[in-house]
Amino acid sequence: MSYLDEGGRKGIRSWIFSTDHKRIGILYLASMVFLFFVAVTIGVLMRIEQLTVHPPLFAPQTYNAFFTVHGVIMIFMFVLPGLPAVFGNFFMPILIGARDVSFPRLNLMSWYFFIAGTALVVASLFTGKGPPDTGWTFYVPFSIRTGTNVTLGVFGAFVLGGSSILTGLNFLTTIHRLRAPGMGWHRMPLFVWSLYGTAWIQVLATPIIGITLLLVIAERVFGIGVFDPAKGGDPLLYQHLFWIYSHPAVYIMILPAMGAVTEIIPTFAHKMIFGYRAIAYSSIAIAFLGSVVWGHHMFTSGMSETANLVFSLLTFIVAVPSAIKVFNWTATLHKGSIEVRPPMLFALTFIFLFCIGGLTGLMQGALAVNVQVHDTYWIVGHFHYVMFGGAGMGFFAALLYWFPKMFGKTYNEKAAMLSWIPIFVGFNMLYFGMLVLGYMGMPRRYFTHLPQYHTGQVIASVGSFILAIGLVIFFANLIVALFKGKKAEQNPWGGVTLEWQIPTPPPLENFSVIPTIKERPYIFNPEASR
Amino acid sequence: MSDSAATPPLVRKDSHKDYEGAKLGMWLFLFTEILLFGGLFILYSAYRSRYPMEFHEGGQHLNVVIGVANTIILLTSSLTVALSLTAIQKGNRRLCALCLAATIILGLSFLVNKYIEWSGEIRHGLYPNSPVLLRRPHGDQIFFGLYYSMTGLHGLHVIAGIIVLSTMLILVARRKITSTDFNKLENGGLYWHLVDVIWIFLLPLFYLAA
Repeated sequence: MSYLDEGGRKGIRSWIFSTDHKRIGILYLASMVFLFFVAVTIGVLMRIEQLTVHPPLFAPQTYNAFFTVHGVIMIFMFVLPGLPAVFGNFFMPILIGARDVSFPRLNLMSWYFFIAGTALVVASLFTGKGPPDTGWTFYVPFSIRTGTNVTLGVFGAFVLGGSSILTGLNFLTTIHRLRAPGMGWHRMPLFVWSLYGTAWIQVLATPIIGITLLLVIAERVFGIGVFDPAKGGDPLLYQHLFWIYSHPAVYIMILPAMGAVTEIIPTFAHKMIFGYRAIAYSSIAIAFLGSVVWGHHMFTSGMSETANLVFSLLTFIVAVPSAIKVFNWTATLHKGSIEVRPPMLFALTFIFLFCIGGLTGLMQGALAVNVQVHDTYWIVGHFHYVMFGGAGMGFFAALLYWFPKMFGKTYNEKAAMLSWIPIFVGFNMLYFGMLVLGYMGMPRRYFTHLPQYHTGQVIASVGSFILAIGLVIFFANLIVALFKGKKAEQNPWGGVTLEWQIPTPPPLENFSVIPTIKERPYIFNPEASR
Repeated sequence: MSDSAATPPLVRKDSHKDYEGAKLGMWLFLFTEILLFGGLFILYSAYRSRYPMEFHEGGQHLNVVIGVANTIILLTSSLTVALSLTAIQKGNRRLCALCLAATIILGLSFLVNKYIEWSGEIRHGLYPNSPVLLRRPHGDQIFFGLYYSMTGLHGLHVIAGIIVLSTMLILVARRKITSTDFNKLENGGLYWHLVDVIWIFLLPLFYLAA
């Protein structure tokens, strides 16, 4: 009996009242894929706006709402909770040999918070005086002056933060307390290590954005003045508090994706992961260093020269642990018997696109370059390479890798490979186009552009359409598989971590007998390794 | 006590119970609460170094007597909540309930004091965005903005703590919290101590700033 069959309750109630970590993972997955497509649609609408110079297709105010809502949904409801909430929930307990997370009811409550936050943000679009138009960063003083429905939207983001904290807290406790006998820290799969680093950031950084958002609300409702220059407040302090959370948040997004890729690469190279400890500790190093670089978002905001220099230096240092991971992945591939199947293809794409994202990040981490590219399309291109090319592709790779295990169905591998072509081509047309446009000087968040940017804008827009088609093929393939796919085997890829040693789909409570762990993970050839 | 030592603790049917884990989770949650206030403490220190004179004067407008009285009240309530835990560990359910009730009453009287204090200040026109305050220097506006934000957020935590402890009281009365199963009360008590600790920092920063 799999977790999909039992549960006591029937129909929708068996899902929304379930405290099974696997069902909660699926709840997140369903809500997130839906929200992802809403935000993709808004993104495509923005690209349609940029096809014309004059007259604009959508009013400037509508465009402001577009980029705000696109950003808020993508960041707070898809990329940030993405991998931990879906695959972390579903697979972390299995990977450490546990029956569930430490606090199953709290886990379900996190999903309720997620849905409540989402509902609040959606409500902010249709009530009050129009949808928020501040951008996802809610920068003061504009966010305390604008008449649009910022208060409700910000409160929604606050509730989503609560969901993130509770998930992190739950994962930390689970990883500390519920590892199977024999599973020492250095026998944990690396996806779990990355979730561990992520969970610490979720717990330690999210409260800061919580209080910051509450203060924006207090500012709008009571006029307390702490961020209002007219009353002696300092908007720069808002930016500090905002980025103290929001930069580490980037690592909340990317770390689990790196973890998932670290699971996929050894499986398809049929080879022990190279540099297990280096990858594990670099996750922790990224979590720590990533928390002290937030100032690089504010080089042009008027910090002191000393602060600029220190933050620039730290930004260069944070690239080191990321590079350690990339080198270890490539070293794992070296002399492996590589099998390029859909999850592997997307994992390799992750490495390629993440490298572009990471290296452009280093470029703008240099103070002089930063002044040139600040608030241009360059920045937009860069963070889409990291978040979509990195976290997004990691999410897709993880979905393709674990889909058969989660649902017990196989998808059409050819169609998955085929969807990669428009995704990859469209992605690079769109976001590399943005990098070039930004370097030429195209500012971000403008509803229109000067004629010299027109060619670039059209290329990027066409790229976005191709990308959108690829995404539709990708998810359509999986949805078809859900209903018509053949039954999946227990271990379709030849993986060696614990999830492949239990039936497909996993039974309720995962293990009839809790396994005892005797060896390191990723041993593909027990004979040779002894 | 002797018979509880003689019989081994009940083997619970619910194998999911993990007290160490529950405590770890609670401590992590307390970290997040401290960091939530941490954001405000950062703002406080930045603005205090920018407006030292105004913060000094702002402190003179606050009622030190009520501030100190509330400190004594909260410290006492921390004692009573700690006593309630010891009482239940020793199997004295009545004493435990009594101590919890005392904690709740102390918490409520803290709120009453807060009400008296705030309404006095509001009567003097000292509240965010008030005409009186808007005519005063920037530093004063920031001082009172922070004062209301920080003590207000703390007040909300006092209310949350009272709700938590009232729940504990009900659980004690229904024998859900017993001398062998007191983890919930311990965690609830930890939360109340946190509320107390934060106040210990708020008192000197605002009331004794003058």
